[in-house]
Amino acid sequence: MNRGVVYYILGRFLQSVMVLWIIVTLLFLLFRLAPSNPLASYIDTTFTKQQEAALLARFGLDKPLGEQYIIYLFNLLKLDLGETFSYSGKSVMDILRADLPNTIYLTLSSLLLAYLVGVLGGIAMAALRGSLLERVGTTFTLMTRAAPQFWVGMLLLTFFAFQLKLLPSSGIGPAIVRYRWETEWDKLMSPVFWRHMILPTFTLALYLHGLPLLLMRSNMLEVLDQDYVTMSRLAGYSEWRVMIQTAARNAMLPVLTALTLGIGYSIGGNVVIEHVFSWPGLGRTLVRAVQQADYPLAQGAFFFIALIIVFMNFIADILYSLLDPRVGASAQAQVS
Amino acid sequence: MQQDAMAREGQSGKKKTVARFRQGSAIRQLWETNLEVFQRDKMALFGLFIFAIFTVVAILAPQIAPNDPLNPLKNSDGDWIKDAMPYWLAEPGEDVAEGYTNTFLLGTTNIGRDIFSQLIHGSRSALLVGFSAAAAVAVIGTVIGLLAGYYGGWIDTILMRAADVAFGIPFIPFIIVISAFFDPSIWNVVIAMALLLWRDTGRVIRSQVLVIKEQAFVSAARVSGASDLRIIFVYIAPSILPLSFLYGSFAIAWAILTEASVSFLGFSDPETISWGYMLQDAFNSLALSREAFYWIVPPGLCIMLTVMAGFFIGRGYEEVLFPRLRRM
Repeated sequence: MNRGVVYYILGRFLQSVMVLWIIVTLLFLLFRLAPSNPLASYIDTTFTKQQEAALLARFGLDKPLGEQYIIYLFNLLKLDLGETFSYSGKSVMDILRADLPNTIYLTLSSLLLAYLVGVLGGIAMAALRGSLLERVGTTFTLMTRAAPQFWVGMLLLTFFAFQLKLLPSSGIGPAIVRYRWETEWDKLMSPVFWRHMILPTFTLALYLHGLPLLLMRSNMLEVLDQDYVTMSRLAGYSEWRVMIQTAARNAMLPVLTALTLGIGYSIGGNVVIEHVFSWPGLGRTLVRAVQQADYPLAQGAFFFIALIIVFMNFIADILYSLLDPRVGASAQAQVS
Repeated sequence: MQQDAMAREGQSGKKKTVARFRQGSAIRQLWETNLEVFQRDKMALFGLFIFAIFTVVAILAPQIAPNDPLNPLKNSDGDWIKDAMPYWLAEPGEDVAEGYTNTFLLGTTNIGRDIFSQLIHGSRSALLVGFSAAAAVAVIGTVIGLLAGYYGGWIDTILMRAADVAFGIPFIPFIIVISAFFDPSIWNVVIAMALLLWRDTGRVIRSQVLVIKEQAFVSAARVSGASDLRIIFVYIAPSILPLSFLYGSFAIAWAILTEASVSFLGFSDPETISWGYMLQDAFNSLALSREAFYWIVPPGLCIMLTVMAGFFIGRGYEEVLFPRLRRM
């Protein structure tokens, strides 16, 4: 790794921190826009003025805006996201810490499935170009991208959970079973958990597989035009070897970057799937928090999701510049 | 969301592939490009056809819809006609006892609203959101891309850093928060999309402008004394407008999908029927456990059709502008 690359990574990192800081500031201002008193759902109508003031003071809402902002920033640095309004004063961090693993399991397993199918499907579509099968396959993929995820989830739920009664319809497991999961490891070792994961994972993967498939297909078509592919054909390698070893390996790079970006954006976009399957993750917590006007929790969940996205964008940039040095140079030109 | 990944990926993947530009007068090249898209690509034409049909349905919705989409229907005894099956699915004679004639193409909801009429009226919010959000995204993205690319320097830095910030904000969560803080209305989705989604269009247009501004006709315009704004909007803009159309078509698709998601999560105006709202209604009133496919399937199909129409048109532009991606 030469010095240029190190400087590039460092620059990108500082830039990501700046972006995060701006997002955090916007988030602070956005939640001050919230209608009525941020404690509206918390304060009982029977409260006296003094009780109300005491409550406002407890959440630091009686201080001037500038001071609140400074306190907010310092708390974020300590990863202290405050107390929730609706979960009887539980800390936001506790709730999000319990949600995060569930969101990650769902996201990673469906991305894995989607990219496996997508990459292989993309190679197949490129190999089959011009055929009827290719047209049918591509149209099907476009359809899965156009169909709303929650609708696909509803159809699968109706069919597999309610009509055939094969799979559970919501959550991560019945309370009796969840009670026995003391660690994340126990949860992951439980077949009940995996049974609950099948439908949401499949629904999400069905949507997510389109991007790697279409990307892989067009990359393959581009790579197959290159001289070195023609050369290896002329050298007498089998069509299979040309496709997999020579072309696919080179067409994979952009797909890998897309996967990195995909992790961040799926975690932000999982909201709808988590809602349909009552999956106890970040997205569902965010929706509930907003519905119940639990602003600290909503703000915290939003911050968490943004943090993951910005971090994954950073990783994707680095990965891209390391994998393809040409991009590094032009990207550096863009940064300066 | 995934479209961001795709836009970023598409952008970097296409860095080497500069869009094809035409010669001739601005209006004419624009017209020719648009004509080529729909002549060459039958799927794009099909997309246009879908939009045309839904537009007609949306305009004539009150005339086409047999019933009011919001008012529960009552039978001769004054009870709500709850959960009526579509007449072609219902057992014959079943309705006689209930005191009404079943003429419902898609049945009724659990409180007796006509599903078919809701479906017809739903096309209004889908198209309204789709087209206005797409127009906002395309216009904002194009102007920002033009300014950043043409002026460079600190203007470029600020605008592109703003794009970075927009790329870091989670899209659906942002829209949910905006929709919850303001009075429920379909315009929340449009505003939130306009605030965030210009980022893709802006970046791509900027990189195209960087190429175009080095071309001879721009220098010629500058030498002949044209002002910066004139060069940007009269000389450069027409060449990149097809790109704006490309991103605009995709934005229609994303806007319709997003509006559906937000309504499904329950952040839309309950007085405005939309396909997403219908699905939320079905979901919350346990249509799933009753296996009421006649209620669940049609709204989703309509969303899928209109979104695909946007995709088809976008891909049509893509293939004309970036011929290397063309299906071979």
